[in-house]
Amino acid sequence: MTLADGAAPLSRTPLHALHLARGARMVAFAGYEMPVQYPPGIIAEHLHTRTQAGLFDVSHMGQLRLIGQDAAAMLERLVPGDVRGLAPGRMRYTLLLNDKGGIIDDLMVTRVEDGLFLVVNAACKDTDTAHLRTELEPFVTVDACDGQALLALQGPAAAAVLARFCPGIDRIPFMSAATGSFDGRPCQVTRSGYTGEDGFEISLAAADATAIAERLLAEPEVAPIGLGARDTLRLEAGLCLYGHDIDTTTNPVEAGLAWAIGARRRANGGFPGAATIVAELGAGPRRRRVGIQPEGRAPAREGTVITDPAGAPIGRVTSGGFGPSVGGPIAMGYVGSQFAAPGTACALVVRDQPRPARVVPLPFVPHRYYRG
Amino acid sequence: MSLLRFTKDHEWIRQEGDTAVIGITDYAQEQLGDVVYVELPELGRQVERGGEAAVVESAKAASEVYAPVAGEVVAVNDAIAADPATVNTDPMGNGWFIKLRLAEPAQLDGLMDEAAYRKFIAELK
Repeated sequence: MTLADGAAPLSRTPLHALHLARGARMVAFAGYEMPVQYPPGIIAEHLHTRTQAGLFDVSHMGQLRLIGQDAAAMLERLVPGDVRGLAPGRMRYTLLLNDKGGIIDDLMVTRVEDGLFLVVNAACKDTDTAHLRTELEPFVTVDACDGQALLALQGPAAAAVLARFCPGIDRIPFMSAATGSFDGRPCQVTRSGYTGEDGFEISLAAADATAIAERLLAEPEVAPIGLGARDTLRLEAGLCLYGHDIDTTTNPVEAGLAWAIGARRRANGGFPGAATIVAELGAGPRRRRVGIQPEGRAPAREGTVITDPAGAPIGRVTSGGFGPSVGGPIAMGYVGSQFAAPGTACALVVRDQPRPARVVPLPFVPHRYYRG
Repeated sequence: MSLLRFTKDHEWIRQEGDTAVIGITDYAQEQLGDVVYVELPELGRQVERGGEAAVVESAKAASEVYAPVAGEVVAVNDAIAADPATVNTDPMGNGWFIKLRLAEPAQLDGLMDEAAYRKFIAELK
């Protein structure tokens, strides 16, 4: 048996056998045995997703249902997003916050018939579930949706492919949801993802996951994509990875996520850390998350110290590597706000050598969402 | 006559008289995945046996390339710095990293030959 750090046994998703059959290299991630790449490799998988369509197994992520009439109002006590204003079938990105305004997790929330549907990070799902139960029950029922799988189909061909099985699904706009069926198997589809491309996430019964994944993979545009390319795609798209770019020590303002704080919420507060966050919205944060473009070819990994051109430390890289669509190294990190303007020269200290870089706007690759 | 040897860190070294060419094995490139960056030492640098001689970065992570034996760097393969994917496509040929002038050629005697290395990686799988 494969053992994770701390010798805890790894969980498997319903697609485990499919990954092995397709030659995936499996790694431990958030307590799961997950495919990091298939035989084509990270760069080919990344470029395939940007040009055609990639199928990702994201069944390790947490799917939760908050059931009850007051679910939206109750969830607003824990997040800064406008949840009450979410129309049925619409979704939005929001953040679970602690009392200091630090980020406990980032998540997607969708208004469904009987309440809300949440997708949370795999590594956080147990603590999120406990937090939600403590704070919301008994007024809202928190259902952990055990037995649900989650697939993501991402890329410019995703809509045309999925519409072959779910007619009309190509007409729902970005950040909306529809319930339907796929080969007669019930599923819930959202137009969302983590690549910067148009695409969908499909929540379905674990027992149906392999059959539906195989049907999608049989389409000529679709290839299976591992976590390695998922990470390079989201980094190029400038999207945060929880536990790296955001965590309990970062707040939404410095993370560049103030857009996720609803206007009504700014005015009325009522979420954890509201006083701190509203004050920071007014005064501006001490530091900011920025894009960083190295001038040379050397990637700067997470933890790399960022300095000003004279060598004084100004921040640290939180995600960094090689961007296959950019064709070179890219990074994100936090720098003091006075250094956050695009074009600011800086240096990245890689293997004790300062290497010139500059602050750039995010994303590195334009988003291509379908807004209808 | 050339002598090909291997390390447990998955470098290969091919002796040619008093110099030797060093690279990473096919097994190593396969484990790394797509190579996106290579950092090579400056000419004239003295490297120790087991010392860091170069850096190879894949899409996922950075790894060191260690010198299997001691020597002076007399050539580096600038072609892999320009096109790092060569390390994936031809690790034992055009994907070589550096050439050393050997300090102590007898140090090669302690390394694995091809049959021993094949057995070594078979046991890793």
